[in-house]
Amino acid sequence: MNPTLQTLAVTLGILFTLLHVAAVLIWVERRLLALLQDRLGPNRAGPLGLFIIVADVIKIFTKEDWIPPFADRPLYVIAPAIILLTALVGFTIVPVGPGMVVLDLNIGILFFLAFSSLGIYSTVLAGWASNSKYALIGGLRMAAQMFSYEVFMGLSLMGVVILAGSLNLSEIVEAQRGMWFVLPQFLGFVIFLLAGLAETHRLPFDLPEAESELVAGFHTEYSSMKFGIFFVGEYIGLTLIAAMIVTLFFGGWLGPAWIPAPLVFCFKTFAFILFFILMRAAIPRPRFDQMLSWGWKYLLPLALINLIATGALVLIRAD
Amino acid sequence: MLTELRTRFGADAAVIQDTCDGIPTFWISAGQVPTILRFLKSEASPRFPMLYDLTAIDERVRQDHGDSPSDAFTVVYHLFALEGARELRLKVALPEDVPSVPTATGIWPAANWYEREVWDMFGIRFEGHPNLRRILMPPTWQGHPLRKDHPARATEMGPFSMPEDRHIEEEVALQFRPEEWGMARQSDEADFMFLNIGPQHPGTHGVIRFVLQLDGEEIVDTVPDIGYHHRGAEKMGERQSWHTYIPYTDRVDYLGGVMNNLPYLLAVEQLAGIRVPERAQVIRVMLCELFRISNHLVWYGTYAQDIGQMSPVFYMFNDRERLFGIIEAICGARMHPNWFRIGGVAADLPAGWEKLVRDFLNHMPKVLREYDSMVMGNRILKARTKGIGKYNTEEAVEWGVTGPGLRATGLPWDLRKIRPYSGYEQFEFEVPTAHNGDCYDRGIVRVEEIRQSLRIIRQCLDHMPEGPVKADHPLTTPPPKDGTMHDIETLITHFLSVSWGPVIPAGEASGCVEGTKGLYSYYVTSEKSTIPYRVRIRTASFPAMQFIPPITRGHMIPDLLAIIAATDFVLADIDR
Repeated sequence: MNPTLQTLAVTLGILFTLLHVAAVLIWVERRLLALLQDRLGPNRAGPLGLFIIVADVIKIFTKEDWIPPFADRPLYVIAPAIILLTALVGFTIVPVGPGMVVLDLNIGILFFLAFSSLGIYSTVLAGWASNSKYALIGGLRMAAQMFSYEVFMGLSLMGVVILAGSLNLSEIVEAQRGMWFVLPQFLGFVIFLLAGLAETHRLPFDLPEAESELVAGFHTEYSSMKFGIFFVGEYIGLTLIAAMIVTLFFGGWLGPAWIPAPLVFCFKTFAFILFFILMRAAIPRPRFDQMLSWGWKYLLPLALINLIATGALVLIRAD
Repeated sequence: MLTELRTRFGADAAVIQDTCDGIPTFWISAGQVPTILRFLKSEASPRFPMLYDLTAIDERVRQDHGDSPSDAFTVVYHLFALEGARELRLKVALPEDVPSVPTATGIWPAANWYEREVWDMFGIRFEGHPNLRRILMPPTWQGHPLRKDHPARATEMGPFSMPEDRHIEEEVALQFRPEEWGMARQSDEADFMFLNIGPQHPGTHGVIRFVLQLDGEEIVDTVPDIGYHHRGAEKMGERQSWHTYIPYTDRVDYLGGVMNNLPYLLAVEQLAGIRVPERAQVIRVMLCELFRISNHLVWYGTYAQDIGQMSPVFYMFNDRERLFGIIEAICGARMHPNWFRIGGVAADLPAGWEKLVRDFLNHMPKVLREYDSMVMGNRILKARTKGIGKYNTEEAVEWGVTGPGLRATGLPWDLRKIRPYSGYEQFEFEVPTAHNGDCYDRGIVRVEEIRQSLRIIRQCLDHMPEGPVKADHPLTTPPPKDGTMHDIETLITHFLSVSWGPVIPAGEASGCVEGTKGLYSYYVTSEKSTIPYRVRIRTASFPAMQFIPPITRGHMIPDLLAIIAATDFVLADIDR
């Protein structure tokens, strides 16, 4: 096949799947949470309540798209777009199967880290541009949360990079043929999982939103599809983190030969998404300063120890 | 007590008044209020360290003053001594033209809100009060609602309209001006942010506004703004018959259901001289404890939810639903059964109630263990609540905090034990306590109270006495019907009692119970009529809310939510 055509097919395929996953997740999350909480959840519209997605989309599109008169208009409008954009661009380096990747970059991990950092601008700018006190506090919390969690998010991945000897995600997956990196890099996996949760700002790390404290945090003033885009962006961000965990620690698309590689990948990713939803149902929210101090006092040193130990072991082996 | 007061403050310092509830009641002069209060708080024996209630009565249209030296208004100080749960009432007669009393805020900080309420409701001034402004009514309100000349019904007030300019005026009046509260807008280092938490906010459990003075996320000071839920429950008491007021009590602490009927009925039954039969008493106790569990389950779920834990509230509401099934089977309604009557309860227990209650008793201990590990055992929750909103026993007493909030400081003080009512002396149960007085301990106490309530209910189940469920007394409601079809006298009495309601003998009495959130009192005044002359409702949430600012200072916004969650208040209970 023509390589350009193939790239185009992969790109469209991933984009199509992603946007649908984000939509279906609305239903999955609500039904799963309901199941965990002894409720029924949305079960009326269509088979298994699946049409709730359509209903939600119609609702959110037809709501009044209100921009507060006190808001900083350009920033206010751009903010939701950033989160969607960065999450989608971040996905370009994730290999869903052998050779099935939009951008086969040599600096894949760096690219991912860069775009996940850029995504934070969305929440911070939303908080700032809304010109509301709740939104501002939410935005500030997000900024502080990410400054501390970004640091060891990168560090926790370096063990994987050392083991694989590459920043390219396809090569990292290939390097896991013998053993998934979750075993030698268990500490790195746990730290990346926590940092990833913080990155997606979902419970227990939903401090920028913190419903019972800040109403809705940084997106308090957003309505209609601008709010909807935050929503979709959050789900795509969640999927991205799950996909990265699978790629870096759980062997990516590697699996039984009789199942197509992309399916293996989707299955694994979906398992992690469900795990994130489970976390949301089970765990309370730590206080803002507690979360920061756990990050700096425990996770950062652990990430450093993990990095040094991995490096030392690899050096000893090489000798 | 009287001689002690007279030897100390002169022979005419205090005049005693007879009341049928046996609470010593003295009339003192306005000028001597601060000195006598200070004496009673710190020197008298026994000492009365708690300002339990402070209210007033408009005496101007009262037919029967008895032998009391009253004037146009009476201010009533209700003091409480924890040892033996002794109460004391002090009354001050005030003239109509300039009713004023020296403030008690210098003696009890808790007097602050009570005095504001009396000012708001009666227009009685408290000289020297630091910030005497309206508390329950809107700042723009005209008149003082609990005065007898203030209309009680909307139809007496003319049509309501809110034109544009008035709307703006009201909004401006609600804006928070820090200067009015003696707050600075900036410190040397920073400008403070003033944040409205409420009146509409997902974390406040109802319509209340907290104005936070913030330095970053740190709370410098808090001003709770209450009154959004004020429905004039006390004013309504002055136009309902003794019997038809019972449904209104249900709605004061709306999570406590029939628990609210009890203090009101205890007071009315004292006035009427009714002795409630044993079976009715045990049924009342059982229903009250069922509602205590119901209240604590709601508290448990929302406590976890305010800390950010999403799921527990659904499990606990499921259990509450089971409980409502029982309550519905017995009373016919769920949240507001309105099921106690003057002299007993509305009906006997339905056939098969034992099975419902037994199933519930067998179900609960298992799930409570599960909830313990899920909520109280959770490490993040512990980190969020331990050491937050801490206070000790002295502070709690000083501010009038009762119930689990008091017991969490280590004092095993429960009215059901200290001064049993409605037959509580016949039940075996413990009074759970904790020691640190922080948000976590308040939680631990409530969870343990659920278990103790289950224990009491099991005793009710095993030893339910036989007999009538309503006293045989002409003043009970609905009135006794036997014999109405045989002689005309009984028929007439029955007809009058049903259509007008019973005429309760003149006098005053207060009934006090250990409610779901602390001590609840109804202080009723009768002028030998079919309606009360005055009903005063003392609730537990009001002082607890007043105590929130001192315990939040220096904490962060999420801690405020933890404190709110651990306080367990109900807005209708604060505003009445």
